[in-house]
Amino acid sequence: MELVNKWPKYYKQDVVTHYCPGCGHGIVHRIVAELLEEMDLGKQAYLVCPAGCAVLAYRYFDFDVIESAHGRGTAIATGAKRANPKLFVISYQGDGDLSAIGTAETIHSANRGENICVVFINNAVYGMTGGQMAPTSLIGQSTTTSPAGRNPDVDGYPLHITDVVAEFPGVTYAERVSVATPAGIRKTKKAIRNAFQTQVDGLGYSIVEVLSACPTNWKMDPVTSCKWIEEEMVKEYKPGLLTDKREERRKEKG
Amino acid sequence: MDKVFTSGNHCIAEAAIRAGCRCYFGYPITPQNELGEYMAANMRKVGGVFLQSESETAAINMVIGAASVGTRVLTSSSSPGVSLKQEGLSFLSGFEFPAVVVNMMRGGPGLGNIAPAQGDYFQATRGGGHGDYRTPVLAPASVQELADLTVKAFDLADKYRTPILLLGDGMMGQMKEPVVFPEPITGLPEKPWALKGRGDGASRYHASLILDSLEMERHNWKLVRKYREMAEKETLYELYMMEDADFVVVAYGTTARIAKGAIKRARKDGLKVGMVRPITLFPFPDKILQKVARQVKHFLVFEMSTGQMVEDVKMALDGLQTELSFHGRPGGVIPTPIEFSRVIHRYYRRMQK
Repeated sequence: MELVNKWPKYYKQDVVTHYCPGCGHGIVHRIVAELLEEMDLGKQAYLVCPAGCAVLAYRYFDFDVIESAHGRGTAIATGAKRANPKLFVISYQGDGDLSAIGTAETIHSANRGENICVVFINNAVYGMTGGQMAPTSLIGQSTTTSPAGRNPDVDGYPLHITDVVAEFPGVTYAERVSVATPAGIRKTKKAIRNAFQTQVDGLGYSIVEVLSACPTNWKMDPVTSCKWIEEEMVKEYKPGLLTDKREERRKEKG
Repeated sequence: MDKVFTSGNHCIAEAAIRAGCRCYFGYPITPQNELGEYMAANMRKVGGVFLQSESETAAINMVIGAASVGTRVLTSSSSPGVSLKQEGLSFLSGFEFPAVVVNMMRGGPGLGNIAPAQGDYFQATRGGGHGDYRTPVLAPASVQELADLTVKAFDLADKYRTPILLLGDGMMGQMKEPVVFPEPITGLPEKPWALKGRGDGASRYHASLILDSLEMERHNWKLVRKYREMAEKETLYELYMMEDADFVVVAYGTTARIAKGAIKRARKDGLKVGMVRPITLFPFPDKILQKVARQVKHFLVFEMSTGQMVEDVKMALDGLQTELSFHGRPGGVIPTPIEFSRVIHRYYRRMQK
């Protein structure tokens, strides 16, 4: 018998997940761990985990991890990568973290074209604090701080931060994907692989936005959550490649 | 080694590079811009990193990133900017990461002004961010001391794994004096805790989230033990004309320099005045004040604030039979030696009655 589904080398064994049933974090964690193994990057990996549900990511990741204050992931990643360019630096962030409190850090690390990778989990809600409205929440989406549904007159509109930074010359690779379907998961892995390779090749900033379910705070079961991503969330946040300047960058670098 | 004529802000930057600092992150704010500008011109020459950040908050978090991988790292700012750095100072203390943070204080609160003041003493010495921690504080009073204490700050930061504050003011940063710089260091201390990638070893992490309250409590007491050890081994102060003094001035930084002029004048008039100048503001040199209390009858605290360090002096003298008075000029006003000597005369006469 051949073992076809191995436990990823850089994913700790014998740990019980703290993530809720149907949460997308576990899928993306596994993709990150698998890619670090496949691309032989685990030994020099340095991952910044955010304030949010993924603050405990070090429980699962078996490579070097540091925690960040809320929103400051890419500032810490910048400091670490600039201080030691040999490190393979990832900032793993959620939508409240990256597109609300950390907007300035996100915009400016992207604009500087820092040679880091950002894995951006967008579940349109604040997860760890109990389901408050995020900048990414959909119009009409009911949350604990928009109980009657997000109303643009008072709450503003869903923020497309990845589309914003994709416009920057310093952003080499940006893609939006979803982990709501098996096909989407495969695409996610491919996108994060491209992002990782961008840093390995020294081509600058890459970001992958992952539409990911939060059944607990959406008050849906996991299956309905995945359907909601496929039917509602993708209308606001269309999956696809947002920018790919890798060839340009290569030519610039000669 | 030759003497160099240089400003306080340039001096810190040069001393930091000589101390092996290889990353500087900062945001412009007066009156300390020359420090970042010196780094912009010189850090890359030694293979280091200079980055002008989008905010002080970003700068201090970049400091966390660089410190976490074992690099000697500096950021600098002035009062309003240092308020923004408090988030990071709390995290650095929690993580136990070494870093040096310069505050060239100006008048406040709010935007205040850009003149020298000492209104950030509480923020600096109490641990200005959230949570149960303190930041050790060094307060230089000359450009030479800025050079020496900058090097010392990096050594202390690494030794005790804590952020260290270098607390000056607009005057310290702007004034020029001759300095003899220390030789560049040749090796850095080992930092086995630094994140360098797991390599072939075990993975590591640094977390500041400690959900278990008993574990958090243990961490809090661990920090306290560290501060106590520093109080024992690292407390610094200067005694000035204390041999026969029966009246003592307590002042730090710029105010202490002005006080020296005032004390010289008072001495000419036959007043037996001396000074204790705290160099470490935390840990505070309370033991020497208690010793001095046996010799003098009156303590006079000078500050360029409405009265902050005076509370530490009060605590140090708690239960002792002695008089304590205070004279402060907040808001960026620079007092003169003549003004201070008049104040000394006033309280000296009262003491003699």
